[in-house]
Amino acid sequence: MVNILEVLETNRMIQDDNLDVRTITMGISLLDCASADVGETCDRIRAKVMRLAGRLVSVGEEIARDFGIPIVNKRVSVTPISLVGSSCCRTEGDFARIAKTLDETAAELGINFLGGYSAIVSKGMTEADRLLIGSIPEALAATERVCSSVNVGSTKTGLDMDAVRLMGGIIKETARRTADRGSIGCAKLVVLCNAPDDNPFMAGAFHGVSEGDAVVNVGVSGPGVVKHALSQIGAADFETLCETIKKTAFKITRVGQLVAQEASRRLGVPFGIIDLSLAPTPAIGDSVADILKEIGVDEPGAPGTTAALALLNDQVKKGGVMASSYVGGLSGAFIPVSEDQGMIAAVEAGALSIEKLEAMTCVCSVGLDMIAVPGDTTAETISGIIADEAAIGMVNQKTTAVRIIPVEGKSVGDSVEFGGLLGHAPVMAVSRFGSARLVSRKGRIPAPIHSFRN
Amino acid sequence: MDKVVVTVVGKDRLGILAKTCTYLADNGINILDISQTIVRDYFNMMMIVDVSGSAKSFDEIGSDLARVGVELGLRIRCQKEEIFERMHRV
Repeated sequence: MVNILEVLETNRMIQDDNLDVRTITMGISLLDCASADVGETCDRIRAKVMRLAGRLVSVGEEIARDFGIPIVNKRVSVTPISLVGSSCCRTEGDFARIAKTLDETAAELGINFLGGYSAIVSKGMTEADRLLIGSIPEALAATERVCSSVNVGSTKTGLDMDAVRLMGGIIKETARRTADRGSIGCAKLVVLCNAPDDNPFMAGAFHGVSEGDAVVNVGVSGPGVVKHALSQIGAADFETLCETIKKTAFKITRVGQLVAQEASRRLGVPFGIIDLSLAPTPAIGDSVADILKEIGVDEPGAPGTTAALALLNDQVKKGGVMASSYVGGLSGAFIPVSEDQGMIAAVEAGALSIEKLEAMTCVCSVGLDMIAVPGDTTAETISGIIADEAAIGMVNQKTTAVRIIPVEGKSVGDSVEFGGLLGHAPVMAVSRFGSARLVSRKGRIPAPIHSFRN
Repeated sequence: MDKVVVTVVGKDRLGILAKTCTYLADNGINILDISQTIVRDYFNMMMIVDVSGSAKSFDEIGSDLARVGVELGLRIRCQKEEIFERMHRV
């Protein structure tokens, strides 16, 4: 039987260190909703999502009450809509109609985000992919809950630079269309390389075609718990440091596994994976940056930050893998700027630049995330940033992503407020040197060689 | 058996155990284990109880005990035992 010290430890993690389950995300295949008519497709999508996820929120709340653990988000991811709409959408407006249906369905379910307004174009784009990508600014301006993602490359296929170029302009246009709300549309749009099929975290969640009809994936969290554990060991050596992170990650993940199995059982939907990511929130004490400081850098961005993050990421995986029967998704420490109070402080202190963040993304998930840049940043520069980040993912066989917000009317030194879990972000400086000639080249960057690795 | 962990946290005072146990007995809830400790001047008590004999639902028991806690100026929570078992046992 459990003892009082164990009970107190668990409850301290929940009450003082912000331990929570970040998301229960139900992945739903919409492939069987495709039809030759947009209205018919929308009706089928709504009916299927409501049928499978109708009880998602109430079941999530019930599990939270039973175990006394907050479950912050209940969400849905769906099959990339470029596939679902390919036989009925003839215009960008047709795709935007599907986005509005998804938004209304999400509102009816009582969930805050639904992901999968996506196109997977790692090697090339179909006409439907082009239409969906073209419709993203309209879709994100007209909806509140829909998240969009575009996968522009992979280790096996190389980078689709035509899509990279296109996405620079799409991000700019999305920022313009949502300028009255701090360009918030871009906070719901992510450009990925090596996107996983089973990611439960927004904005990059979609239900990949390798998945079954429906699945329950769970994203755990708990940076505050890791930070607390490290604060107890002081200046201990690396062995103690790593063991402490591993043990803590194990405990956090066990809770996620329990919640995932319960959600799967109560909803009658198979359990998919646990995503082992340490996901921060803007709340004080729920910060990955604070862990890096606890490991020993004065501010994230100082020399040594990449090493500290590499260590953290690896130990979280090592501890978490044993705690869960299936691990997947993104699984690593997230380093979003606007969603992490410690990252925001580091940027404001002048310790953290986009270039250092790019280096950090080589050793953790996911990429340049929730970064506000000046509104006059050009589409070509954004494409250049996407290309760099995608190249890191492609060569290192990992998922990378760019979620960047060129905030209309703002410049370096300004700040933008997104609210809720999306937080607020200081506008960061972007290199003033261009890459238009690189970005304007047509075609693909070939897949990298997998031998002679250096 | 349907095991629930009841935790009581707050300033120590007369009658905490009596009032909590009275509620449990009145509602057919059997106490399997009980322990207490003082952490940072706060009274911490944990009971493992079996609610399978109770006519009340888990949610009702939880909100009733939270109310008892408010009357005593304490925080009383109910959680199903699995969360602790899973976290601390391989």
